[in-house]
Amino acid sequence: MSETVVDMVKIIKNYQIADQEIHVLKEIHLQIKQGEFIAVLGPSGSGKSTLMNIIGCLDTPTSGEYFLAGRKIQDQNEKTMARIRNTEIGFIFQSFHLLARQTALRNVELPLIYAGYKQKERRAMAEAMLEQVGLADRSSHFPNQLSGGQQQRVAIARALINNPTILLADEPTGALDQKTGIQVLELFHEINSRGRTIIMITHDAGIAKQAKRIVNIIDGIVSEGGLNIA
Amino acid sequence: MLKEILMMALDNIIGNKMRSFLTMLGIMIGVTSIIALITVVQGVTGEVIDRFSEMGAGKVTVQAYGTALKAGLNENDIADLSAIEYVSGVSPTVSLGSTAVRNNKIFEDISVEGNNEIYFENNQDMVIQGRPLNIYDMSGYSNVCIIDENIADELFWGENPINKQMYLSGQNYTVVGLMESETNFYRQNVGRVKIPYKNALSLNAAANIMNIEIYLYDANETQAANYEIENVLNAAFNYAEDSFNIVNFESILSSMQEMQSMLTAMLTGIASIALLVGGVGIMNMMLVSVTERTTEIGLRKALGAEPRQIQYQFVIEAVLLSLLGGLFGALFGLLISYIASAAMDTKFALSPTAIALGLGFSALVGIVFGWAPARKASRLKPIDALRSE
Repeated sequence: MSETVVDMVKIIKNYQIADQEIHVLKEIHLQIKQGEFIAVLGPSGSGKSTLMNIIGCLDTPTSGEYFLAGRKIQDQNEKTMARIRNTEIGFIFQSFHLLARQTALRNVELPLIYAGYKQKERRAMAEAMLEQVGLADRSSHFPNQLSGGQQQRVAIARALINNPTILLADEPTGALDQKTGIQVLELFHEINSRGRTIIMITHDAGIAKQAKRIVNIIDGIVSEGGLNIA
Repeated sequence: MLKEILMMALDNIIGNKMRSFLTMLGIMIGVTSIIALITVVQGVTGEVIDRFSEMGAGKVTVQAYGTALKAGLNENDIADLSAIEYVSGVSPTVSLGSTAVRNNKIFEDISVEGNNEIYFENNQDMVIQGRPLNIYDMSGYSNVCIIDENIADELFWGENPINKQMYLSGQNYTVVGLMESETNFYRQNVGRVKIPYKNALSLNAAANIMNIEIYLYDANETQAANYEIENVLNAAFNYAEDSFNIVNFESILSSMQEMQSMLTAMLTGIASIALLVGGVGIMNMMLVSVTERTTEIGLRKALGAEPRQIQYQFVIEAVLLSLLGGLFGALFGLLISYIASAAMDTKFALSPTAIALGLGFSALVGIVFGWAPARKASRLKPIDALRSE
């Protein structure tokens, strides 16, 4: 039996807007095992982004317990949270979020800088990672010299460079045309087949279908299973 | 890590060339004015002090006010002063008023000063034509004088006055030398005549010496000489209070140097205002930059940047901007002061203090004014930062 990497018990998240309390996540239970490829599917306003932020250690729940790779995430100081994000999580964003003035190679190196690697090591690791995503010949290009698909592949290389426990993708194909979207998803399959856990947040049932497991989220409540709700 | 943060900061400065330059401009102007002001002020006042000490080094002036029993100094006192081991010569000045007459032409209210040969030895440039008075003129019976150009114009118009005769207080004097004229306090041209001091004493009914210049062998011994001179004068006036005053150039010099440093501090203070304004400019630009780069900050945080690392990145960016401005400012400041010193014909002295001050100040400004924007950046929540776009 493989290890549980994400374990959420009774996760509640409330937001205070003016004098009104908004319940975004209502007692969420979620277990994700090592090596899974899971899609969190839900319409906008369903709370899926908040769930992603909590999984990604960008936000903390109001109550409940969250264990990431066996470590309890709660009330950590900012420095520890930064360290966890750096080593445990690889983020992929809808709009790529590449630094425009840095080359592809420098963009991929970025997490390694904060992990404290030396320049030589960083370069070698980033070059190897770009080769894995098929962009070895684009390493000195700037983001605006790359196509959308290429940019997202640079972002994937950046997400993978620190060998994270989970790959957390927020609408990874949202800004891409269908063809390049499929190519990115193929890359996800390939990465997953090598044992990497992938959590993909999406509102698109067609994209969610690509995952091995689908979790629906509606009005802050998750349910396991089919596509019928979306 | 520091090197990486430095590179990030530099990247951003170079990436925004125009904006960075405009921001730097404020600091540049501040540092330029500080360095130019300090260097020019030090150059000019240094020149004044140099000339002054050239003129007055190794010289002590005594003013005798006298007492009820003894109105001034006499020749015995002069001899006592001359006997002091540090003293190379004593030059008394006897001042009186007189009238000069030649061929029915009259020049009234002439200031006559009696001096000895030591005075002329120490003021060699004074006589512009003819000869100074020498030791052979000091017998007391030699009626020779040096007149200024005013008297020469008035009484000897169109002729060379040297070796000509004129009457001074009714006595026949031979003109042996000519000196430049001076204007008095009220900018009127006055006549000045110098005669042997014994002659002056015999012309003056009071026959007292009120003013003495004492020349020293070595200017570094002014303090010790001062002490000895005071002893002699105290004895001469029987220890009466306020009977004399000793002026040495060392004390004047030190008060001038004090003035110089006060002036420098004041001008630096004024120029620092420009630096302050430059600092506000940097703060403004950094705040704009933090707002613009909210997404970048969020991304860096999501990828594992600690708040402290974000803060350092922005503080270093501000310091770098400010230091670059300071460096250009220092170069411009030196250039300006070099040109100014060439134009005013004063010494150009590269002042390391001024440069260190300018650069130090600009770094400080960067830290102080970069701190708040950097703190703001470091406190951005990554979710809020990533959402904004």
